[in-house]
Amino acid sequence: MKTRREFIKISALGIGAAAIASQSNRWGFGLPLYADENKSNKSKATKLTPTYCEVCFWKCAAWAHINDNGKILKLTGNANDPQCNGRLCPRGTGGVGMVYDDDRLKTPLIRVVENGKQTYREASWPEALDYIAEKMKEIAAKNGPESIALFNHGSAGGHFTHLLKSFGSSTITAPSFAQCRGPRETGFETTFGAQVGSPEPTDIRDTRCLVLIGSHIGENMHNAQVQEFSDAVDKGATIITVDPRLSIAANKSKYWLPIKPATDIALLLSWIHVLIDEEIYNKEYVAKHTMGLDQLKVHVSTFTPEWAYGITNIKPSVIRQTAREMADAAPSVLIHPGRHVTWYGDDAQRSRAIAILNGLLGSWGARGGFFMKASAGIPDFPHPEYPKPKWSWPEVLNGKYPFASMSVSNTFIEASISSNDNKYPIKAWFVAGTNLPVAIPMMSQMQKALQDLELVVVVDTMPTEVTGFADVVLPECTYLERHDDLRDVPHRVPTIALREPAIEPMWESKPAWWIAKQIGERLGLHDYFKYEDFEEVISWQLQQKGLTLAELKSKGIVVLPRHNESPYLDPKEDYHFNTPSGKVEFYSSALASAGFDPIPVYTPHPEPEDGFYRLIYGRAPMHTFSRTANNPNLTDLMDENSVWVHPKVASLWGLEEGKYTYLRNQDGITSNFPIKVRVTERIRWDSVYMVHGFGHNQKELSRAFGKGANDTQLITNVMIDPMMGGTGMRGNFVTFTATGATEEKEAAL
Amino acid sequence: MRYAMAIDTLKCVGCSDCVIACQMENNVPIGFCRDWVVESVHGSYPEVGLELRSERCNHCENAPCVRCCPTGASHIVEGGIVLVTQNKCIGCGACIQACPYDARYSHPEGYVDKCTFCNHRVTEGLNPACVSVCPTKCMYFGDLDDANSDISNILATRKYKALAPEAGTNPQIFYLV
Repeated sequence: MKTRREFIKISALGIGAAAIASQSNRWGFGLPLYADENKSNKSKATKLTPTYCEVCFWKCAAWAHINDNGKILKLTGNANDPQCNGRLCPRGTGGVGMVYDDDRLKTPLIRVVENGKQTYREASWPEALDYIAEKMKEIAAKNGPESIALFNHGSAGGHFTHLLKSFGSSTITAPSFAQCRGPRETGFETTFGAQVGSPEPTDIRDTRCLVLIGSHIGENMHNAQVQEFSDAVDKGATIITVDPRLSIAANKSKYWLPIKPATDIALLLSWIHVLIDEEIYNKEYVAKHTMGLDQLKVHVSTFTPEWAYGITNIKPSVIRQTAREMADAAPSVLIHPGRHVTWYGDDAQRSRAIAILNGLLGSWGARGGFFMKASAGIPDFPHPEYPKPKWSWPEVLNGKYPFASMSVSNTFIEASISSNDNKYPIKAWFVAGTNLPVAIPMMSQMQKALQDLELVVVVDTMPTEVTGFADVVLPECTYLERHDDLRDVPHRVPTIALREPAIEPMWESKPAWWIAKQIGERLGLHDYFKYEDFEEVISWQLQQKGLTLAELKSKGIVVLPRHNESPYLDPKEDYHFNTPSGKVEFYSSALASAGFDPIPVYTPHPEPEDGFYRLIYGRAPMHTFSRTANNPNLTDLMDENSVWVHPKVASLWGLEEGKYTYLRNQDGITSNFPIKVRVTERIRWDSVYMVHGFGHNQKELSRAFGKGANDTQLITNVMIDPMMGGTGMRGNFVTFTATGATEEKEAAL
Repeated sequence: MRYAMAIDTLKCVGCSDCVIACQMENNVPIGFCRDWVVESVHGSYPEVGLELRSERCNHCENAPCVRCCPTGASHIVEGGIVLVTQNKCIGCGACIQACPYDARYSHPEGYVDKCTFCNHRVTEGLNPACVSVCPTKCMYFGDLDDANSDISNILATRKYKALAPEAGTNPQIFYLV
């Protein structure tokens, strides 16, 4: 009989004691305070340990400053790292808060039934690991190792990927594709034969014209990109920002185009129209490197700025003028591909329109456009060949989404719901470093899947929502307490950065590499884990690159020379693009033969009904998704999100600045918690905006619980991109239920 | 020697890195800060704009906090930096009332605390923590008496303003606009 998997609040165990800790206890690991100005204001750091940041995916190389008592005093950027140039962002600076957060997971936990009620009990590591290994063997014997899946994000993922592959499963996924950047990878791949990848190879530093479409650099704190954006502002680059909200970037732009949401493709097609109609595209580049101009010309002939005006609200004169600005700057122009681009379900096509526009301007491969990335290439530590799985993520797609170039996490959830027509059923989940209920807007399917799964293992540092659904919760130590793989991020120059533990793991937490190895040993996979300490792996890998661990320990990062000299295309040389035609494809036969539009078309999207407003969401510079929402230092900067409403909308609904309201969406879903109202001229009247990652309903996140609203909860209309499976999330509309909200909020405090 | 700071509002993205870097550097307790970011919005949609300012103690030449301090805890040192000697401070809060910039707070340990321009770093030849960390490099710190310093150069070439000039405090934080 299956056990019904109820959401368990981890407090059942008494670990929640920290939730009632006083303010000063929260900082119980605090540092001595000096009461004399003549001394340095804090105890002196006596040791520097190299690390790279794990608060977001940018992975800036950094130094942990440690005192004699083994306390981390602060983190600073590594001056030799081109990803940060010695300057961490606020999240990186506040990374110490992740370590000294009393709400952390402290011991392994196993789900048990006590007095008919599901709860967790603390377990020893051997017990928890034995339990997992036994279950894995049992499931593999019945359904094959392929039925054990991994959802991952961040550095921990690499270790569990190795574990699963060693066991015979490549059923591995991350929400970063289908819930985030997937559409742009597909859009650029079908145009240039290359994905954008992370970090983006955007040459913002040297651009003469930067176009941002919904991308809010400065609010998304992708470090080097923000730094280069600031350089571009300094150098007087023309910045054009398309956003229904006056973002920070929009405010620094020469042109802010407050577009009607969901009409971006019309604007893009119209820009393409102007470039072709006025013959101001990059003729040399187009003749040399592209195919399909004739079809494109016919396709956009009617998409005049006047046509687009009626759809986008952007004046024809502004559309023409901005297109000319781009042409003037070409090829040092950058229509930024964005990052979180799963909006309306036709996002791969919108990204393709962006790619085509870049192609017309010749910016792919140009200085000030997109550069060609280089990476260090770190060899795998020797291990036997992975067993070949009988099936993997492409089978899980079940014939859908032919242009998905990576696994689609939402299809994993569907494949985890028991059904007779499911040929490739998923029976177990490993979840490492991703809070799925807040990351994937499919709560009802996720709940069904969680009832049917035979094993759910969650590895995390914090008692996030997803830990409440686990059979076994494993407390991972934070990045400042562990080794991880060497960092090899592709960029202008290859680099290798080291992460060493700054301090010993606190409580019973353990590094992901250790956890993966321990499970591997129990599964008889010793030959894949032939090391006692991960430093052996790193040391061997560095040796293969002609480097030593000692050098990395003292420098933190090494910058290597590029193998191919220039990051830019040589205009005199031919270049083979990795597309079917070998050219930049304005017209895609591959798309046409799969039944998709070979050139992007604009399709109108549903509009909010009377009294409803489109819900748009984004990032705040001091938080990363939902993972920092409990960080004591970062919540001190921002501890709740607010809903931005235009003053006219506010007066219509009687909403007052600083007061609270509940939000209700088109499907009748009301936000779990009230959200603070921000009345501002910075947003259109047909939309509201909030920062993602708040409104946690896990009480053990003592600082995050009940603070603000959770946008993912209100995203119940998900529009799937038929090309690549992305979950379009911007087709949700909300209205306000303010009555009593402020009073309830006050009562809760 | 006259230390001053210039902050480019055109480059600042309001990320608050200056705030958290200061808190970490100076062990400012959670819930308090020595610097903060102000956003002021002007105009109405769609002709709307905003200014972001990282604010802190202005290290005024004519400092009302120093004049009103009954114990001499608030004082001015070499380079014009306004400091509080913590063990001389009785926490009366007169300076908090006198400051036109609201730059001071009562530390839970009973004294008044505020920005020191990271005097402990400056004496070692480093920039204040906020200046060092800023991802947009929008902050400039240096000696106004040195005509070749970065700050003298930037103030010579850019339009700038100071806050509450009407208070007559002669503040030493300048905002490039």
